[in-house]
Formats: sequence, structure tokens, C-alpha cells
Amino acid sequence: MTAAGDAQPLPRRRVNPLGRAWAFVRYHTLTAFGILALAYLMLPIVVVIVFSFNDPAGRFNYTWEGFTTKHWTNPFGPPFIGDAVGTSIKVGLIATGVSVVLGTLIAMALVRYHFRGRGAANLLIFVPLTAPEIVLGASLLTLFLNLGTVLGFWTIVIAHIMFCISFVVVTVRARLVGFDRHVEEAAMDLGANEFVTFYRVTLPLIAPGILAGGLLAFSLSIDDFVITNFNAGTTQTFPLYVWSQAQRGVPAEVNVIGTMIFAVAVILMFFNILVQWRRNPKGAA
Amino acid sequence: MTFLHRHRWLTPYLLLAPGVAFLVLFFVVPLYYLSYTSLQEGTVQVGYTFTWAWDNYSSAFDTYREQFLRSLEYAGIATIAALLISYPLTYWIAFRGGRWKNLLLLFIIAPFFVTYLIRTLAWQNILADDGFVTNVLQSVGLVADDGRLLATSTAVIAGITYNFLPFMALPLYVSLEQIDKTLIEAAKDLYASSTKAFLRVTLPLSMPGVIAGTLLTFIPAAGDFINAELLGTPRQAMIGNVIQSKFLEITDYGQAAALSVILMAAILLLILVYTRAVGTERLAG
Repeated sequence: MTAAGDAQPLPRRRVNPLGRAWAFVRYHTLTAFGILALAYLMLPIVVVIVFSFNDPAGRFNYTWEGFTTKHWTNPFGPPFIGDAVGTSIKVGLIATGVSVVLGTLIAMALVRYHFRGRGAANLLIFVPLTAPEIVLGASLLTLFLNLGTVLGFWTIVIAHIMFCISFVVVTVRARLVGFDRHVEEAAMDLGANEFVTFYRVTLPLIAPGILAGGLLAFSLSIDDFVITNFNAGTTQTFPLYVWSQAQRGVPAEVNVIGTMIFAVAVILMFFNILVQWRRNPKGAA
Repeated sequence: MTFLHRHRWLTPYLLLAPGVAFLVLFFVVPLYYLSYTSLQEGTVQVGYTFTWAWDNYSSAFDTYREQFLRSLEYAGIATIAALLISYPLTYWIAFRGGRWKNLLLLFIIAPFFVTYLIRTLAWQNILADDGFVTNVLQSVGLVADDGRLLATSTAVIAGITYNFLPFMALPLYVSLEQIDKTLIEAAKDLYASSTKAFLRVTLPLSMPGVIAGTLLTFIPAAGDFINAELLGTPRQAMIGNVIQSKFLEITDYGQAAALSVILMAAILLLILVYTRAVGTERLAG
């Protein structure tokens, strides 16, 4: 710019004090809004945790009556609640295991191969993600009704595997896309066959994606109410238990278990973020 | 092994087979049975027979037009509200988050870690008649002294907004975070004001996130019945409430299935329009 000699100086951007004040306000308004929005997102979570320590006078745990830790000392005290949580965990583990295997295989096929019918396969993965849960649940129910299947534990498991697969595919695929296939070729050049290469090279490298997909599947399964409600018969998962109590007043122990689930999930996520930070301290994920 | 070597083209199909078979069996076939059931007549006592009962559809439309329209209205308002909250929030995280980005994102998905039903029940506490929020709004005159928040459409819409907000925020965040910041600097170097740079550069580049988020929020919102059930009254009933009560309480399977098919068809239409615009690969990945 200095070499420009007698050229006119570039017009400077207008800086008036009012504009600067406005920019300051706007900058900090955004921050304030962001913090408020996060507070709004946290509000019900705080309520759930706080009311797990409430000592409700009647059946309804609505208004603050006093502090107690009695729900925490025996969270599985109310009838049926322990069985419901147990069923939820069993369903979650089976559904996660199956959907992770099926989903990972699909993800491998979709990322690594170009084949006839790929678009259709993509669509088949995508549509369950967007279909409303009530339609997924209702349609599965009509299948079971028409076939005369008895509803119960295994129909819940089938339903959960069904809606978890797509989520696993999407998660694992994200990890596979950035995969450097040269390391596999190197393993093959060194004499490993396809299976050894998969176990020793591919699997360890995509393991974080599979783990993430599995955690997602498990949390979706534990949380699901709508689809389960259609296909449960008389079997009760934890969300179904909560629903059955909602009209009569949900016991505070439900808040305790809700808080526990929340705590486990948050700890896992923190762990994940820590690992990312250590790998990449700038935080650019 | 040798067989596989000779027929390499088979590999992707073998990888896909188990997962795709599962999805066909428990996602596609059920949709067939849902449509099949929607054309059946009968009751639980005498059984159901397939009679091309198109009457199920016309009477479903006539009887439940109000609930259909209400679902679209509530889902639409909640989607817009979620967009208005999420956009500044994710913009703030994406552009000002720095190394805290991942931590701040954790706040956005934190609600997912609390069981859906439990966090909706927490809104019952928050909006309760003698609760803090109602009292404050009453004292500033926004709610009449004998007015209430719980059991109103406001409560239902607020609940839907909250519960599906992460579906809006996550795709928005992804598209905002991917924006090349130098483009905005370039716009400013070319004398665009901040507002103009936002309108002409940032906003258009974030449109894929806006569209994906809108779809991902609107679809589950339109099919939801939990918020209307727990935060509203029968006067706030949405189409989801009708479907689930017809399937599980009244056992009027024919019309319940017809209602589900209508809902699914409306949503498939939305997706079709959308996939035409952006392609399936980007949607699912």
C-alpha cells in the first residue's frame, strides 16, 4: 500500500461512536442469549435432580416440601420399578449388541464399495431415521398382530434393534469416511489376509466410531417410550413404568434413577471430550 | 475364501445382507402390514377382515381433521421457536466457542441424557399452577391471576420445542461450524456491514443446516403425543394421541392404521421434496 505513491488513500470504514456502542451491545447480546439458552436447556434437568431430594407430602412430587435423601438410599423401593429398570438394561444390551454388528457391516459396505442398489440401501437406512416413532411402533404392531405374535420382551428387542441400526450406520460411517486405506494395504503387503487385516488394523481404527454408535444405540434404547409402548404387551421397561405412574403421581425414586442415567451419560461424554482434547488441544474437532 | 476372491462383487452384498434383511423384515414389511390393516374392517371380538375399507380413510379425515391440523400447527410453531432459539445459540458456539466448543455442545445434547418422559414431567413441575414461572408471569400480567400455563396449548408447544430442540441445533451447528471464516472477512473487506455479511454469506451457507434441522424437528414433533398427554388436556390432543389410543385403548385398528398411513405419507412427501433438493448422501451422513 505504501508504494501507491500519489494514489488516493483507501476510504476507511466508518467508525462512529454510536456504531461502536451498537457493535458492543450486539456482541454481548449474543453471549447473553447463548448463556440464557443453555440455562433454558438445563432447567428441566436441574428440576429432575432437585426433586429427587424432595420429600413430597402426598403422591404428587410437584412442589418443594423439604430435603431428604431417602429416595437415594433405596431407589428401587417402589414395586415394579426395579424389574422395569432391569428389563430396560437387558433390552438395551441385546439391542445394542445386535444393532452394532449389523450397522457396522452396512457402514463398511456403503463406504467402501460402489455397487448396484447403493442408493436404495442408503434410502433404507435413512427413512427409519426420519419416520415418526409412532408410525414405526404402529406398523410393527400391525405386523405382530397379523402374524399372531405374542407381544413381550422379544418384540421389544426386535423393535429396538430396528430403530438403532440406522443410527449405528450413520455414526460408524462418519468414522470410516476419513479412513486411510493405505494402512490396510500395508498389512496385506506384509502377508496378512483379509480377516487378520480386519481384526488387527481396521477394527482398532474404527473402534471409536463403533463405540460411539453403541453408546448412542444403548441410550436410545433405554430412553425409548413410543415404539416400546406399542410392542411391549404386558412387559414393562423403565419408560413404560414412568408412563404408567404419570397419572397417579410419579414417585421421587424415578427422579433418582433419571439422575443416575444422566450422570452416567455425562461422565461418558466428558471422558470422550477429554480424549479429544488430549489428541487435539486446540479443540478443533 | 477362494469363492469370495473369485466373486469380489459379492462382498458388499454379503456385508449388507443381515442388516438389510432385518430392516426389510421389521421396517418395510410392517409398513405393508400397516397399509393392509388400514383397509380392514372389524372389531377385536369378531376379528378383522380385509375388505378394501377405504371408508377408514375418509372417516379418519372427517373425524380427526381438527387433530391433524393441530399437529401441523403445534409442530410448525415449535419448529420455528426451536430455530429462533437454536440459531443464535449455535452461532455463538460455532463462532465464539473456541476451545470450549465441545463442552458447550454437550449442553445442547444434555437433555437427551434425561429420559424423555422424565424431562417432560419436569416441565409439569416448572409450569405448575403455583410454580415459580406461573407466579412471575401472573405478577407481570402476562397470565391472568386465575390463569394457568399447564394444560394449555402454550405448555404443549413449549414442551415440544424443548424436547426436539437438539434435533434442530445439531445440524445447524454442523453447518455453521463448517463455514470458512475467511469468507466473512472477505465480505467485510469488500465493505459489507456485519449485518450484510451475515445475510449474504453466513445465512446462505448455513441453509443446509436450517433445512435439515427444520425437517428433523418438524417430523417427530408432528407425530408426538407425549407432550400433549402430559402437559395438555384432551382439548390439545394431537394426531399421535388419537393413533395411540385407537391402537392401544380402543383397538380400532383399521382407522388407527389409516391415520398412521396418512401421517407417514405426508412425511414421506416432505422427505421426497427434500431429497430432490439435496440428495440422500448428505441427509444420512
